[in-house]
Amino acid sequence: MLRLIGLSKTYKTGDTALSDVSIDVARGQLVGLIGPSGAGESTLIRCINRLVEPSAGQVMLGDTDLAQLGTADLRRQRRRIGMIFQEYALVERLTVMENVLSGRLGYVPFWRSWLRRYPPADIRRAYELLDRVGLMQHADKRADALSGGQRQRVGIARALAQEPELLLVDEPTASLDPKTSRQIMRLLTEICEERNLPAIVNIHDVPLAQQFMQRIIGLRAGRVVFDGPPAELTETALTTIYGAEDWNAMRQGDEEQAEAQADAKRRLEQVPA
Amino acid sequence: MTDLSHHSQVWTYRTPRKRLFIWLGWLALVALFVWCWQIMTETTIWMFVTDAPRQAADMGGRMLPPRWAYLPELMQPLWDTINIATLGTIGGVIMAVPVAFLAARNTSPSVTFLRPVALFIIVASRSINSLIWALLLVAIIGPGLLAGIIAIALRSIGFVGKLLYEAIEETDKRQIEAITATGASQAQILSYGIVPQIMPAFWGISVFRWDINIRESAILGLVGAGGIGLKLNASLAVLAWNQVAVILLLILGTVIVSEWVSAKVRHAII
Repeated sequence: MLRLIGLSKTYKTGDTALSDVSIDVARGQLVGLIGPSGAGESTLIRCINRLVEPSAGQVMLGDTDLAQLGTADLRRQRRRIGMIFQEYALVERLTVMENVLSGRLGYVPFWRSWLRRYPPADIRRAYELLDRVGLMQHADKRADALSGGQRQRVGIARALAQEPELLLVDEPTASLDPKTSRQIMRLLTEICEERNLPAIVNIHDVPLAQQFMQRIIGLRAGRVVFDGPPAELTETALTTIYGAEDWNAMRQGDEEQAEAQADAKRRLEQVPA
Repeated sequence: MTDLSHHSQVWTYRTPRKRLFIWLGWLALVALFVWCWQIMTETTIWMFVTDAPRQAADMGGRMLPPRWAYLPELMQPLWDTINIATLGTIGGVIMAVPVAFLAARNTSPSVTFLRPVALFIIVASRSINSLIWALLLVAIIGPGLLAGIIAIALRSIGFVGKLLYEAIEETDKRQIEAITATGASQAQILSYGIVPQIMPAFWGISVFRWDINIRESAILGLVGAGGIGLKLNASLAVLAWNQVAVILLLILGTVIVSEWVSAKVRHAII
């Protein structure tokens, strides 16, 4: 479905964000991208729909090399790729419905989008999606009136309105609390399963990635250093990805947090109800 | 507690060197003021200055009581003034919007050529006062309302254009990125990614400029560009101070009302 061949990106400042990344993603596969901050996960995702221009390599979506396209062709191909963002990136001052319909922008002429006169089929699909993500009654609210979890659901609906063949997901849970994070990840995985959609999810939370992803790719300094199922993501593998010091610090942090939570729970239980 | 005694009790905000520099700076400022004062007062005729309170009282006496009977005659020029301000603002805003999009770094189609051109238009418009625009336009297209409207519009381009292009540059990049990722065209990215973000700024700036233009258009008549300023000019020419008083009070009232309207509108948007 998606095949990256020798993808590299060097920024004008001389920083190499990606070097020679080659990945195959099959239809319906959920791929989690993990790695320390600045390892190039965000750049990798943005090179696929060319929000960032790759310096070298091919991005094959089906039979089309996205890296070679001119502006008009690139716009047409971008419709096939839905993107979900960290901190939602909704247009805050537009309504939920307008945000979902904005997923159709690549399909409708300018005058329709300007006058908000979308084709009936698009409107029905938008309502279906809002129903699917559980926001039917919020359709006419402004996006900035919703909570974080609700906004990310709008973000998901907007991406699906494109009827994409691939989802790119950039840290979908970075600004959400743990419970909402799990709900959003569950919704994402369910939707991908329903539609047999492949997704590349850039995710910082390793346990969350292990729980929800079918395949994990570890990046370090712009190179793929791990590629396999979550079960193979051993201590050694994580040490390779994050480096010994950082991984131990992260694990220790997790342990401390778990202990603190257990402790708080015990204290709560002691309090007479 | 005991180990507190190991530490100094003295802490100063500035080093002695810095204090000296600041002291010298103030000294220089005072010296400059004294020097300027001397130059300024060299040509002052002190007799006129000491006479000032009496002159002011005399003028005040001629203004009072205001000739309220003059008021009905002022309504038409006042209406003209409001029209000059409103139409001028609308015209200015219409011309300023494309200029702002050309001047903003993130929307300009050509940063090397069109952006400097747009910035030049903004600076040129801002550097010339409405009264001077009106003087030029009265000479070109003759006296009357039209000269006033165009003068106000030309002066407004710079003000609205500058504030609007700054608002465009401050838009949230992530929202624009998200709209781009859907496969939207450039025009759609503008209308969905940028326009909603700058709408509050746009209305705020426009109403603010309208409020300023009410004040500016009140004096355009002095150079023949129509409105209540014509009446002011005429009354000043015949030393009818009690009429001047009525006109000034009327302008004050209009400005207070326009300020109230503009504050209400801005409050409603934000």
